[in-house]
Amino acid sequence: MTSPTAARPRAPVPLDCNAYIGAFPFRHVPHPDPDVLVRVLAREGIASAWVGHLPSAFHRDPTAGNAELVRALAPYAPVLRPAPVVRPDWPGWRAALAQLVAAGAPAIRAYPQLWGMAAGDERMAALAEACARAPCALLLTVRFEDLRQRHPLDVAPDLSAAHVRELARAGAGGRLVVTAAGREFIEEVHWGLTPIEREAVLYDFSWVWGPPTDELAVLFRAIGSARFVYGTMWPLRLTQGARANLALLPDDLADAPLADLSQW
Amino acid sequence: MSAADSLGGAAPLIDVHAHFFHAATPRGDWAQLNASRLAAGRRIGITYHVASVLGSWGATSPTYFQSSRDTVTGNDVMYDVQAAHPDRVRAYVAVNPNDAAFAIDEIDRGVARGAVGLKLAAARRCDDPLLDAVIERAARHRLPVLHHIWQHRRRHWPAQDISDGADLAVLAARHPAVSFILAHIGGGGDYHHTFAAVGDVPNIFLDLSGSGIDRGMLDDALAAVGSGRLLWGGDITLCTGLAKLWALEHVGLDDDALADVRWRTAARIFPPGAFPSLPSVAHA
Repeated sequence: MTSPTAARPRAPVPLDCNAYIGAFPFRHVPHPDPDVLVRVLAREGIASAWVGHLPSAFHRDPTAGNAELVRALAPYAPVLRPAPVVRPDWPGWRAALAQLVAAGAPAIRAYPQLWGMAAGDERMAALAEACARAPCALLLTVRFEDLRQRHPLDVAPDLSAAHVRELARAGAGGRLVVTAAGREFIEEVHWGLTPIEREAVLYDFSWVWGPPTDELAVLFRAIGSARFVYGTMWPLRLTQGARANLALLPDDLADAPLADLSQW
Repeated sequence: MSAADSLGGAAPLIDVHAHFFHAATPRGDWAQLNASRLAAGRRIGITYHVASVLGSWGATSPTYFQSSRDTVTGNDVMYDVQAAHPDRVRAYVAVNPNDAAFAIDEIDRGVARGAVGLKLAAARRCDDPLLDAVIERAARHRLPVLHHIWQHRRRHWPAQDISDGADLAVLAARHPAVSFILAHIGGGGDYHHTFAAVGDVPNIFLDLSGSGIDRGMLDDALAAVGSGRLLWGGDITLCTGLAKLWALEHVGLDDDALADVRWRTAARIFPPGAFPSLPSVAHA
C-alpha cells in the first residue's frame, strides 16, 4: 500500500533511551524482540536505543534477566545497548554494577517503587553515587501503564517525584533519566531542585501531551528542551508517540534541541 | 498548510471525538485550547472535527452530571463554534438522559441548529431503559450516538455513572438501527474487555481516541471488529491521535480499509450531508 503520511521531523534521532525487550506480566505485548526493535528503530529514523529487560523489573533477583538481556542484544550492538537492572538492596550489587558497565551498559535501570524503597532511601542514593562513578546513567521509570487499566495484581505505586528530588539532592554527580513522567511530575521535580541539582535530571516525554493542552510546549518553554530526551517506551507503547509529540510543537519550538545521551 | 503537507496525510480525515471549551468553565485558557485544537487539526489534516461541549465542564454542574441550564449553554457554544467554522467543525448535541423529556427537546433543538450526532457521557449507565426514549429520538433524526465509555467497568469511579462495552452492547441490541460510537478505546480501562464485549455487535463502532497508545491495541481492535467498525479520533490528546494515525499504516490495512477508518465509515453513519466537502458515500 502507499504510505499516506510522510513527516519525520528531526530524523535521525540519535537515541531512544526508553526501550525494552521481553514480556510484560500483565498483558500480551506483541513480539517484544530485539530483531523487531531494530527494524522499528530503522523505520522511525532512530539510530540506537538503550534497552531494558521488561520481565526483570518484576523479578526479585535481576541477575538472570540481566544476563539474558546482554546475550540477546549482543548481535545488535551498537544499535541496541543494554540498560540492565541493579538492586541496591541485593548482595553483591556493586560487583554486578561493575560487571554490567564493563559489558557495555551505558545506563542502569532501577525501580525503587517496586522494591518497597521510599523516597530518600539511602540504598538508592548509594546506587546513584556508584552509577556516577562508573560512569553510567541511572534510569528511573515512573509507570508502565495507565493507572486506569492496571491488572488487579498490579498494585505497586508509581515512582514519586520525591524519589527523584531526593536522589538529585543527594548530589552524587551522575545523571538521572526519568522516563514516563507526566507534566506535573516533571514540574514538581524541576522546581523543587536548585539550578545545579536540576542539571542532573533529564526526562523523556513519552507521557507528556501535545495539543490542545500543549503540555510539552509549556515544559519546553518553562524549563527548556535541553532537559528532555527521546524515549518511546517500546514495546509497551507506540514508537510513533514521541515523534508525533515533536511534530505538533508550535513553530517556534520546532527545532528546540533535546539533550543527547547517545555518547554515554 | 496544504493537505499534501499535512502530518496525517492528504486523504480526508474525520475526528469523531473532539471537544471545545468556553468562558464559563474552569479553564481560564479555554480560548487557547480551542485555537490549539484547530491549529493542530490543520497541521494533522483533520477535515472535520465532530465535537461536543459537556455543559460547564464542572464549573456550575458536574461534567458528567450536567444541569439542564449548563446543557443548553454548552450546546449553544458548540453550535456557535460550528457556525464559526462551517467548513471544519460539526456539533454533537450533548444531553443528560436523567431528565429524558428535557433531553428529547434538547435533541430536537440541537438538530434544528445543525447538530449531526448525539453525545451521551456518564450521567446514567447506558443499559438503563431510561435511555430508550432518548435513543429513539436520536434514531428519528438519524443521529449516531457517541457514548463515553470506561473500558471494563470493574467498580464505580468518582464523578461518573460509568458504562463499559458490555453495557453499551445491551443498549445497542435494543436499538439495532442506531449506530453507536464507543468512545476512546485508549481513554482508560481494559480495552481487551471491550473488544470481547462488542465484537459481535454490528452497530457499535470503536473510536480510537484517548491518551493510550499501547502497542497491540490497534491490531487487537482491528481483529475484534474489522476496519469497517473503527473510527479515528483524538479526544483531548491530538498527539496520541496522530501517533495512532501513523501506526495504522503498519497494522495491515489496505488503502480502502484505511480510508474507512480515516473518514468513510464516519461519513456513512452520520446523517447525509453532514460533511459536505467530502465525497458522498452510501449510508448505513
